[in-house]
Amino acid sequence: SWPTMGRAMGLAGLLLGLVVVPAVLVSTNLRHGAPRTEAEPEPSGWELAADAVPEDSLWPLPQWVRTYPRQLQLAPSRFQLVHGAASSAGPSCGLLQDAFRRYYEYIFGHSRRRTWGRRPLAARAEPELFQLQVVIEAGDPGCDRHPQLASSEAYHLTVTEPVAILKAAEVWGALRGLETFSQLVHEDDYGSFLVNESEINDFPRFAHRGVLLDTSRHYLPLKSILTNLDAMAFNKFNVLHWHIVDDQSFPYQSIYFPELSDKGAYSSNLIYTPTDVRLVIEYARLRGIRVIPEFDTPGHTQSWGKGQKDLLTPCYNGGQPTGSFGPVNPVWNTTYDFMTKFFKEISSVFPDEFIHLGGDEVDFSCWKSNPEVKEFMKKQGFGIDYAKLESYYVQNILDIVSSYNKGQMVWQEVFDHKAQLKPDTVVQVWMANNYARELSRVTGAGFTAVLSAPWYLDYISYGQDWKKYYSVEPLNFPGSEEQKKLLIGGEACLWGEFVDATNLTPRLWPRASAVGERLWSSSNVTNLQDAYKRLTNHRCRML
Amino acid sequence: AEKEPSWETPCTKLLVYVSTPGCDGFPSLDSNESYKLSVSKGSMLLSAETIWGALRGLETFSQLVGRDENGTYYINETEIVDFPRFPHRGLLLDTSRHYLPLKAILETLDVMAYNKFNVFHWHIVDDPSFPYESSTFPELSKQGAFNAMTHVYTASDVRSVIEYARLRGIRVIAEFDTPGHTLSWGPGAPGLLTPCYVGKAPSGVYGPINPIVNSTYQFVTSLFQEVSTVFPDFYLHLGGDEVDFTCWESNPEIRAFMAEMGLGQDYRKLESFYIQRLLDIVSSLGKGYIVWQEVFDNNVKLRPDTIIHVWKENNLQYLNEMANVTRAGYRALLSAPWYLNRISYGQDWIEAYKVEPLVFEGVPEQKALVIGGEACMWGEYVDVTNLTPRLW
Repeated sequence: SWPTMGRAMGLAGLLLGLVVVPAVLVSTNLRHGAPRTEAEPEPSGWELAADAVPEDSLWPLPQWVRTYPRQLQLAPSRFQLVHGAASSAGPSCGLLQDAFRRYYEYIFGHSRRRTWGRRPLAARAEPELFQLQVVIEAGDPGCDRHPQLASSEAYHLTVTEPVAILKAAEVWGALRGLETFSQLVHEDDYGSFLVNESEINDFPRFAHRGVLLDTSRHYLPLKSILTNLDAMAFNKFNVLHWHIVDDQSFPYQSIYFPELSDKGAYSSNLIYTPTDVRLVIEYARLRGIRVIPEFDTPGHTQSWGKGQKDLLTPCYNGGQPTGSFGPVNPVWNTTYDFMTKFFKEISSVFPDEFIHLGGDEVDFSCWKSNPEVKEFMKKQGFGIDYAKLESYYVQNILDIVSSYNKGQMVWQEVFDHKAQLKPDTVVQVWMANNYARELSRVTGAGFTAVLSAPWYLDYISYGQDWKKYYSVEPLNFPGSEEQKKLLIGGEACLWGEFVDATNLTPRLWPRASAVGERLWSSSNVTNLQDAYKRLTNHRCRML
Repeated sequence: AEKEPSWETPCTKLLVYVSTPGCDGFPSLDSNESYKLSVSKGSMLLSAETIWGALRGLETFSQLVGRDENGTYYINETEIVDFPRFPHRGLLLDTSRHYLPLKAILETLDVMAYNKFNVFHWHIVDDPSFPYESSTFPELSKQGAFNAMTHVYTASDVRSVIEYARLRGIRVIAEFDTPGHTLSWGPGAPGLLTPCYVGKAPSGVYGPINPIVNSTYQFVTSLFQEVSTVFPDFYLHLGGDEVDFTCWESNPEIRAFMAEMGLGQDYRKLESFYIQRLLDIVSSLGKGYIVWQEVFDNNVKLRPDTIIHVWKENNLQYLNEMANVTRAGYRALLSAPWYLNRISYGQDWIEAYKVEPLVFEGVPEQKALVIGGEACMWGEYVDVTNLTPRLW
C-alpha cells in the first residue's frame, strides 16, 4: 500500500532543489544516438520550466518513487551495468548481458563517448556514480526461461553514490528496473550525464499488458515487428498478441502444412519462416515480452482454404455449391484431424503457456446454407441455434489445445455463445458496447478476462486521443473483489486494415503508451496534466 | 476481349517538344500546363506549350510504363490530351507547430509532383516558432525558433526549396501570417506585438501585432521587402486569420486610438486598418496577395485582384462562403473540406474526393473565379515522424 509519493516528494525536492538543481531537460536524442540534425519537438525556451522534476521523465510512473535533489554524475567511459555479488545471476545470464549492453547504449548513445574524457576530473562538482549492480534474488533467476503470466516483474532501485542497486526477484523485474533507471539518467546543458539520488519500488498493477499486431490484413516485415518490441519494452508492455493469420492472408509458414502459406500468403516473400518466428520470440524474450500467437478459427479463415482443401465449409445456394467458402467446417472429422496436427506444431513452435484461438465474428450464413451442416445440426439436436454448433467446434479445439498442455485465450463471443470453457481459459473482451457489463459477466462466471474494448488504437481520430485511452479505469465494472482479481490486464489493439510498415510506428506510438501506463501504474495515477508532461518527455526519448 | 499486346520494335525515345521557350523561369498562376502524349508503333511524342506541361506529361508517361511478369518494360499505344481543370492546386505545410527538416519538405515536393500539385503553400511561421532565418531581422529566428541552431531554415535552405520546387513545376507561396498567429515574432522584435493589459497594468502576455504604432509598419515594410525578394512568386499569402481581439480591447492606448479614429467598439475595423496598410505595402513591393477568408468576412477594403482562401468548415458553410466571395468579384481558393490534418478512421480519402468545388449557388462568371484549392496539413500533431503516411 505504497501511495504514489513521487509527486509530493518531487515538490519537496523542487523547493530544496531550486537552489542547487538547474532546470534540466531530459535527454531526448540519445535513445538511439540520433544525430542532432534530426527533428525533435523541443519545448520552446519559455516552457523549459524551473519546475522540471526527475519524475517528469518516468513512464509508466512507478508505484513508489522518491527522488532527492542531490545529483550524481555518470562517466560513459567508466560507468558499468554489472551483476551484484549477491545475485543468483551472473555473466552466464545471456538475457542480462544483452540488456546491459542495450541499456548502456540507450543511456549514453552509440557515440564515441566511450573514449577517455579530456576534461580534468577535478572540474567535476557532483559525486560519481560508478555502477548499477543488478541483484536477482530468487534461487532461479529465469535467465533461460520464457516470461509467463505469473512471472515476477517487481524491482527495487536505489540510486546513491558510489553504486546504484537494482534488486529484483527474477530477471524480468531487472529488465523493468533497467528501463526505469535509463529514464532517470539525463543530460545537463553541458552534456554531462546526471542522475538524481532516488529510491524506487515498483511492480505492475496488471500482469497481462499487451499489444496486438495484425500481420494478415497487411504483412509487417520482421523489422517493424522488432522495432515495435523495442517500443513495447520502453513502455513495460509484456505481451505481444500476434494475430498472425486471418481472412486476407496466411503469412505463417507451417512446417506440417507448407501449402497454407504457399497458397495463402500475399506472395512468397511476404511470409514468416520458422527462423523469423524464432527470432521474434527470442527478441521478445530478451525484453521480457511473451509472444501469444492467435490462430483465429472458425471464422476469419478464408486464407486457410487456399492451401488446405476441404477445411472450409462450402456455401450453397439453391442446392448447389456456389464456389465460395465460409468458416471452418465443424462437421467433418478431417477438420479435427487437421487441427490436431496443426496445433501440435503451434504448441511446439510457440513456447508461451497460452495460445489464442480466436472464435470471433463467426458468420453463420454459410453454415446455414450447407446441407451436410444442416443435417448435422439435426442429428446433434441443436435445432436452429448455430451458436451451439460454433460452441461444439470451439470445445473440440479447446480440448485439442489442452491436450498439448497449453492454456487458451478466446475472444468474448466464445463465452457469450456459452461454449464450455476450461477453467483457466482467458476471455478477451473487445466489443465496445457496454464492455463493463461484459467484464462483470465474464468474471462473474469465474473466468479470467483481458480488456481491449476501449483500446482499439486502429480507430484513429483527430487530436490528443491518448487522453481517452489513459482515462479508462479497467476495474470500473460491477463486481466483487474476487471478480476484479480475475481481470488480469488488457491489450492495445492495432488492427491492420489501414496499417502497414509505412505507418505502423507513428500510429501506434505514443498512443499505446497511455495504455501502458494505465496497465502498469497505480489506479490513482490519473492526472492528465502530469501525464502530458511525462508523456511528452517519454515520446521524444523513444524517438 | 483482351488482345494479346503486339510487341513492336522496342521504343527507344520519348521525344519531348515544347513550343514556348523558357527553361529558366518560374511557374506562375497563368502557366500553361497542357500537354499531348502520343505513343504509337515506332514513335513516342510528348508535346506541350511550355516546360511545365512537359513536366506533367513526363509524369503521366512514367505512369503508363508497365512491367510484365518477366520484367519486361512495356507501354500501350496511347493518345492523351491533358490539362488541369484548376490552375492553382496546392498543398499547405506548417513548419511552425513542428519544424520539418529540409529533407521532409523536398520529399513532399517529389510526391506533389507525382500528383500534379503545382503550389507549395509554405506556412512557415506562426505562434509556436519562427524558423525562417531573416537577413534583415536575424533576431526573429534567433529568439523565436524552437532551436536557433537546428530548427531553422537558412537562406540557402529556402533557395533549395524554391529551386527544387521550380524543377517540378511547383510554385512556392510563402505565408507570413499577421496580425494574429505571431507570438513567436515577439521575442525577436520587441515592441511589435500588442501588450495585453489586466486592468491598468500590462499582464506580461502579448497579443496580435500592434496596429497603432508606426514602428509596426516600418517593420512590416522591411520584412516584406526581404520576403518579396527571397520568394520569386508573384503572390504572397498574408494570413489574416483568427485575430483575437481581446488583447487589443484590453490595451488602453489601443482603446484610445479606436476612439480617436471613430472606430467605436468594432475591432474588425482596427483589423481592417492594419490589413489595408499591409496590403498597400505588399502591393507597392510589386506582389499580389492571398488572404484567409476572415479578411473578406470582416469587410476589409481589398484590391479586386485579391485571392480569398476559404477554410472554415461547419456543415458545408464553405459553399456559402465561396458563393459570397465570388459574388463580390474576388477569386477564391478552397481548402475547407480538405483539412487533411483532421484524421479519421477508414477510407477518408473518399470524402475528400467527393468534394465538388463548384457546387455552390452562383453564375458561371462566379464559378470562373474559383482558381483551385489546397489540401492543408496543419502541424499541431504532425512532424517528420508521421508527415508522409498522414499526407499520402
